[in-house]
Amino acid sequence: MDQSTRESHWAKTKGLMITTLIIWFIFSYLVHWFADSLNNATFLGFPLGFYMSAQGSLIIFVVLIFWFARRQHSIDVEHGAAEDD
Amino acid sequence: MSIIKGDFIDNLPKVYGLYTGGFVVFILLMAVLEQMGLGADTIGILFVAFTVLIYAAIGWLSRTMQVDAYYVAGRQVPAVFNGMATAADWMSGASFVALAGGIYFGGHGYMAFIVGWTGGYVLVASLMAPYLRKFGCYTVPDFIGTRYGGNLARFLAVLVLVIASFTYVTAQINATGTIAARALQIPFEVGVWFGLLGILLCSMLGGMRAVTWTQVAQYIVLIIAYVVPVVWMSNKQGFGLIPQFVYGDAIMRIGELETALGVGAKPATAVAGLKALTVPYYEAGTTFAAKWKFVTLVFCMMAGTASLPHILMRYFTTPSVKAARQSVAWSLFFIFLLYFTAPALATFTKLQLLDPTLATSIIGKSIAEVNALDWVQKWSAVKFLAIADANGDGILQVTEFFMRGDIVVLATPEIAGLPYVISGLVAAGGMAAAMSTADGLLLAIANALSHDLYYKIIDPKADTKTRLVVARVLLIFIGAAGAFVASLKLTSILGAVAWAFDFAMSGLFFPLVLGIWWKRANRPGAIAGMFFGLLAGTLYLYAVRWGGMEPWLYIDHLRFGVIGAAVSLVAMVVVSLATAEPDEETQRMVDEVRIPKGKTILDSTH
Repeated sequence: MDQSTRESHWAKTKGLMITTLIIWFIFSYLVHWFADSLNNATFLGFPLGFYMSAQGSLIIFVVLIFWFARRQHSIDVEHGAAEDD
Repeated sequence: MSIIKGDFIDNLPKVYGLYTGGFVVFILLMAVLEQMGLGADTIGILFVAFTVLIYAAIGWLSRTMQVDAYYVAGRQVPAVFNGMATAADWMSGASFVALAGGIYFGGHGYMAFIVGWTGGYVLVASLMAPYLRKFGCYTVPDFIGTRYGGNLARFLAVLVLVIASFTYVTAQINATGTIAARALQIPFEVGVWFGLLGILLCSMLGGMRAVTWTQVAQYIVLIIAYVVPVVWMSNKQGFGLIPQFVYGDAIMRIGELETALGVGAKPATAVAGLKALTVPYYEAGTTFAAKWKFVTLVFCMMAGTASLPHILMRYFTTPSVKAARQSVAWSLFFIFLLYFTAPALATFTKLQLLDPTLATSIIGKSIAEVNALDWVQKWSAVKFLAIADANGDGILQVTEFFMRGDIVVLATPEIAGLPYVISGLVAAGGMAAAMSTADGLLLAIANALSHDLYYKIIDPKADTKTRLVVARVLLIFIGAAGAFVASLKLTSILGAVAWAFDFAMSGLFFPLVLGIWWKRANRPGAIAGMFFGLLAGTLYLYAVRWGGMEPWLYIDHLRFGVIGAAVSLVAMVVVSLATAEPDEETQRMVDEVRIPKGKTILDSTH
């Protein structure tokens, strides 16, 4: 792999990491900081603030990691950095 | 040896499909025997003995004398199965037994554990697992020792690993002891050693390979054991077969009942070790202090997750970097199945006890009537619950009913009037959860001591056979030490579990992350990061827990990792920048770690 491909691969990898962690931050901290206000709304019959901590954030984390794994793999393939299987 | 070879990997879905079918048949058989009059005690014994025997058999079949099979299961565990193994590795006796009870008593504030113990996997996937897999290390200190170089860095990583994992493992052995003692009707001190025997049978002969395949088996048992009673109960209460999505109404109803019953008042009397319900269920804190406590706890559990060696080392066993990433996603999916069921279970239990329109309710009934209930008598006898008529009116108020959180999982089948076979199943599930975590932790400690301390530092010329013998002797020795500490009953289950996360993040989080993401990080920096992080965290824990210090900014003993990790980060960055940058070879190594393609940094046998 030449140096410029390496650099572009790492730049995209870093970008994906930052995007992933921004979403992670929102659903780990931000949403729960405002749980008391969110509880005034309901979702599927749940108080929303409680729902996010019992289920909402968790579902988003699961989907986020599956999405991350797919995105990272396509970045790897694009730069010829993926493993051969 | 014949079962666990190439063929076995190809046939995994079939093998575990048959196993699951066999387990379901066993449950049905027990149900039939119960109807025919088999005693509850015998059913409990059969459930625990049968499952532990199966795990031991898998451990025996997976025995090995090859280094890479012993340390990383030969790196051939497919992503989905490694996900199940990680989920079992992760979900401890505390998750299984105490989580729902914690939610029952702690309400929204306690949900920080649920968010923290799931969201941590986002950090594992994006920052750690794929890169450590590419590195090709056997243990977490193996990465630190090779990336930064030198025995001191490796030794400090071993030290943090041992402190964090040992804190954790005593709690797990304690849990296996408690469950074995109850199910097999033996004293707790004997139960602890019985639990240890089961744990060692699973791990000693086959190391990581044996632990992997028993953990998959244990995951299947524990998830069935957790979900079946909840589904059954919800169906009985008219919430349908997928209760996790429809219990919103039950939460709202609890909110109304809590107002009517005066939840929030302090009980007039106290019972040692037991709690009365005093926290409203879904209301979230409105003050800065409450919000800050929530997010700091979430942060500690997440950073701790991403630093705990027994979790990270599971991703060393996948066939590729790509599989390691997918495997993190599967791990969280399998963990999610239990974690989104726990709040549903807590909700149903609470509704059953509080709602006067349900036959199972006890609050508001006469105390004589409640005392006559079978499950109340049974669990009072072992001091898991207590009733104190503080105002002497003969009616049970919410502040007069005390219990241990564990009851929510252990006694709910009885409260709901489910057959005893369900209680036996729950005991087997709790045993599986505690054993699988204890296995992973013991192996993490023994592997670090045998590979990093003995082979890499003390005797680099040792041959394969000696290394594997040393690994096994250490396993027995550490297990025995853990069982001994557990038999002293020094800590309650959950306090110790949270500390393990704080210790791990204090010493390892930044040295691991920066080792991959910051090329400039060097040996003196990593040494400073691990040393000062661990030191600051430990001193802070001592000061707030035993030294009588007022916690700084509400960072109490459950959250001391915030202090440890912050000190670790500052020390590591400052010292790295003040000393020479790493040599070219190390920088090239970091470049290679970032690319999935190509050979691992360390050989497959090293």
